[in-house]
Amino acid sequence: MAEYAGVLIIFALAVLLTGGMLAIQLRLAPKRILQEKLEPFECGESPLVAPRRRYGVKFYLVAILFIVFDVEASYFYPWGVVFRELGAPALVAIGIFTVPLVVGLLYEWCKGALEW
Amino acid sequence: MFLVALIKSLFITLVVVGFFLPILTWVERKQSALMQDRIGANRASLAGVSILGLLHPVADVLKLMSKENAVPGGANRLLHLMAPLIAAIPVIAAFAVIPYGGNYRFGAGELSLVAADIDWGVLYVFAIASLASFGAVLAGWASNNNWSLLGGIRAAAQMISYEVTMGLTLVPLFMVFGTLRLTQMGEAQDTVVPAFAFLRIFGLDGLPTLLQAISIPAWGLFLNPPAFILFLTCIMAENKRPPFDLPESESELVAGYSTEYSGMRFGLFYLSEFIQVVVVAGLVTAIFLGGWTIPWLSQAEIIGAIEPWFGESVATGACLLFHVTSFFAKVAFVIWLQMLIRWSLPRFRYDQLMDLCWKVILPASLLNIFATAFVMLALGDVR
Repeated sequence: MAEYAGVLIIFALAVLLTGGMLAIQLRLAPKRILQEKLEPFECGESPLVAPRRRYGVKFYLVAILFIVFDVEASYFYPWGVVFRELGAPALVAIGIFTVPLVVGLLYEWCKGALEW
Repeated sequence: MFLVALIKSLFITLVVVGFFLPILTWVERKQSALMQDRIGANRASLAGVSILGLLHPVADVLKLMSKENAVPGGANRLLHLMAPLIAAIPVIAAFAVIPYGGNYRFGAGELSLVAADIDWGVLYVFAIASLASFGAVLAGWASNNNWSLLGGIRAAAQMISYEVTMGLTLVPLFMVFGTLRLTQMGEAQDTVVPAFAFLRIFGLDGLPTLLQAISIPAWGLFLNPPAFILFLTCIMAENKRPPFDLPESESELVAGYSTEYSGMRFGLFYLSEFIQVVVVAGLVTAIFLGGWTIPWLSQAEIIGAIEPWFGESVATGACLLFHVTSFFAKVAFVIWLQMLIRWSLPRFRYDQLMDLCWKVILPASLLNIFATAFVMLALGDVR
């Protein structure tokens, strides 16, 4: 576990640096609250619609595709690392694994899930 | 043990945040000025001296620090504060596993120039870098602004799409090096390979002696050139800089997810973007450009050449200096390359961006995995 000390230290340094920058600004910056400043920026107009409403279903679809493909992609990492030791049989195995993945991609492609 | 780790972490953090970050904001202005035939950054001056505009980073920091922190009325104040921190902290932390030098033996002690030598190094960078996407999404959500929200959603879709392909583009390199540890990848690249050995796949065995004598460094770039291009594209898209800056495209979304940010909170987004440029450069250097190694001169050769004159420890120390210099020179080169791309290409359209990811890079990286496997089998590299 000793090698993780560096990770912790760098995280602590990053928190100190970024937090410090915000803290210094807190001391230096002026604070003058006006009603106009509190409005969301819309080039001077009052917003017609409130944000946080419904948006394109495409984005949900991309998120679903991401889950599917990221989980599948993560099988490639250990396979890639030990490919040299396993040799040709491993290639056959990953080929069998890849077929449904590619079929799935083609299905989404044909169904138009990848169109924007 | 802890002290050594502290010094190594401090060194890399200070070099990146204290040196590369300010220099990069200057390089960005100066290179764009050069490429667009303008004079460029030269206004910030101290007592009439501007030294090529090198004082601009100082002026930037002072300005950002002294600006008011305006939070819009309907914003979620906690998330509005956290978003820039979530964007910036992981990007800095990604440097923990990127080695900036090899492993050196001084007498009884050993010195390995990496803050944390963990055996899943590349995955650590991926995991940490994907945390940064939460920053952009939360910023868009917390701001209570239509532009911000659109920018945040765009950022989410873009970053998760390219995350999938980014991992797949590197699998051929995992196969070639047989490891995820960045230090081992660096050591594997500290050698040379015959440049025309790959012709054996086509049954060309009797090469002229002259061609056989030509050797190239065993860098990832030469071992698998397609992976380099695919990976660089993906990781630049992951960084949301032009030509992939759809989440903050000025002409469409004002400033995207950072529209409602000012002062140092905006500065942190700015910081995370520039530091990620350095992370990209460090990662590309470590995996594809031989890391800290010097082409055609292995560590043993360098130490062997200096040792007869100055003794072993001086030779090792000199080698260490050469290697660290070599690493940062390569990092500077990759940063320059990214700046060149950033200022050369126009912005993608959103459908082009998604098509590039799912219809071009994803199939191409799958193909590359199998092509690499077949070549490795054909060359008899594999058991």
